[in-house]
Amino acid sequence: MSATELPACEIEITNPVAPYLRQERLPHIWCPGCGIGTTVNCFTRALTDSGLDLDRVAIVSGIGCTGRVAGYMNLDSFHTTHGRAIPFATGLRLGNPDLAKVVVYSGDGDLSAIGGNHLIHAARRNMDLMVVCVNNFTYGMTGGQVAPTTPIGATQTTMPYGNFENPFNLPFLADACGAVYVARWTVYHVKQLAKAMLEGLKKKGFVFIEAMAPCPTLYSRRNRLGDGVDQLKYYKEKSKVVNGANTQDVGLTFQGDIVVGKFVDRERPTWLEAMNAHYTQHFGDKYTPYGGPHAQE
Amino acid sequence: MHADPKGVLTGIHFIDGDHAACEGALAAGCRFVAGYPITPSTEVVERFAARIPLVGGMFIQLEDELASSIAIQGAAWAGKKVMTVTSGPGLSLMMEHVGLAAFTETPCVFVDVQRGGPSTGLPTLPAQADMMQVKWGSHGDYEPIALSPNSPQECFDLMIKAFNLAETYRVPVFFMMDEVVGHMTERVVIPEASEIEVVERKWTKKKPGEYRPYETDESLVPEMVKAGDGYRIHITGLTHDERGYPAMTAPAQDKLVKRLVNKIRANADKIVDVREDGVAGADVVVVSFGITSRVAGAAVEAARAAGLKVGHLRLVITWPFPAKRIRELAATVKAFVVPELNMGQMALEVERAAAGKAPVLTLPHAGGTVHEPGAILAKIKEAAQ
Repeated sequence: MSATELPACEIEITNPVAPYLRQERLPHIWCPGCGIGTTVNCFTRALTDSGLDLDRVAIVSGIGCTGRVAGYMNLDSFHTTHGRAIPFATGLRLGNPDLAKVVVYSGDGDLSAIGGNHLIHAARRNMDLMVVCVNNFTYGMTGGQVAPTTPIGATQTTMPYGNFENPFNLPFLADACGAVYVARWTVYHVKQLAKAMLEGLKKKGFVFIEAMAPCPTLYSRRNRLGDGVDQLKYYKEKSKVVNGANTQDVGLTFQGDIVVGKFVDRERPTWLEAMNAHYTQHFGDKYTPYGGPHAQE
Repeated sequence: MHADPKGVLTGIHFIDGDHAACEGALAAGCRFVAGYPITPSTEVVERFAARIPLVGGMFIQLEDELASSIAIQGAAWAGKKVMTVTSGPGLSLMMEHVGLAAFTETPCVFVDVQRGGPSTGLPTLPAQADMMQVKWGSHGDYEPIALSPNSPQECFDLMIKAFNLAETYRVPVFFMMDEVVGHMTERVVIPEASEIEVVERKWTKKKPGEYRPYETDESLVPEMVKAGDGYRIHITGLTHDERGYPAMTAPAQDKLVKRLVNKIRANADKIVDVREDGVAGADVVVVSFGITSRVAGAAVEAARAAGLKVGHLRLVITWPFPAKRIRELAATVKAFVVPELNMGQMALEVERAAAGKAPVLTLPHAGGTVHEPGAILAKIKEAAQ
């Protein structure tokens, strides 16, 4: 049979991620080897598996490289001010309780430095938000300055002789403040990260997921750690899964061991549930619980 | 449309300006307030926190003013009419989000019960020294709207107007009270809900796919949707195009910033609100606003009793400034007198509008109390010469 006799073969190849992205906004701004895109891929898979009505899922970002995630997602999406994604999302969540989920997607500097106060108070209140914190140990957008997450010993432009500041252990912080779900994965652990995001989408209350991601352009290069693939190898070699680990013990060191896993998964009334329960008790029949038809789902 | 009766406390009340401002917001349809305590504004949110559970809505005290000033914007995009309440130091912290509201065209009301400054200043005593901050405080170019009530009754009445303006023009609107207006107790009449006109948000009738968040007609004010309605909007504080997508170019910046300032400048004649008393034929016109307008009123009466031809022009809306009216008067008066509880802020605007055609005698006051009527009277006499 000659080649010309082959039956016409029509294969339409669609990327399963495509429907979740604003195609007209691509290509994205992220560097080759950056891990943010990998986390977005995991997020789209979690959205698919969640079965949530995507018209009722909103995403809020702050400022920075990860802050650009909201702009690429084909959801109601808000790119707010530096560090303030959580309080904007709080207003959105409480303003329209009918939303199926409000996701905050931002970077470690945005969420834990300038936005640190909002992070701890939203966790304390158990505000019904899923926070994805992409941790690349640096301020990428501004050129690689020291972050509250930068390990001791790593060099950054504003710590030119190496960082001597103690970094945050973000899962411990979120746990201590009352988050009901806390997990850490790296972008090497795509299945586990997607699963954590799925669990986060389905969980009511304050969910904190730390996603470690390489920044080859600024963090890795400045610290002579190779490219994105070299960081994935590091994640692969040095990660140890300890589900239920005591978050006190999961602090990160420069190129040291990485404890990954689901650390916290507990139940606590959300802020809105607590308010409605309290006012129902206080006012009795005079009080109509706040929220629309979907709020009690 | 008429006010939702659930929020309207119809009747005759004896309440202070802070409480009246809260009732005005409830009557206007405000159903989401986020705030952080600060003297002398706190009574506004205290009353809102007490009233809102049975009206149906939400109050949340947040961790700071940065959170409060952006949480209300999240709630606005969730469909609510929103407000935050503060005083000078808190207002300084909110400035970044004033810019966000202006740029994303998020309707919201910022209440500023002014106190002496700078810094912690005089927490329990009045000033009117934030007038230029609300005009220029956030970086970049934008045009806010600001109202200056001078009584508890006006704290109610003008608050409804503040919300209506925020919805009509989709801008941050400042409600510029001061400690005296906030804490003075007077008779406040709250009418029936059916007598209160409220402006509904400019919701789009377009379908998802047809709708572009920043497309406008000749009104220059785009139509709005809320999150969760299936429009899949993108809203950003970056310079953006009609789709709401970032557009990092000089032409995009030019188009957007010009529209944002023009939607107020082109409508300034409709927005400005001055109350004139005996201005026609006056030799001297006193220009005042807020609490100072009440003291100035006493001085104007005393001057008239002394045989002087004095008019009083009160700025009910301070931004946009009624430059056209001041320009007209500058051609006929001998001089303007501008008393204010600051070191000369709105006087600069009067001078700018008068453009040298009539002198402007300032009467600055660092705050902490109000002017002595005698001081204003003396300045009127000086101006009349």
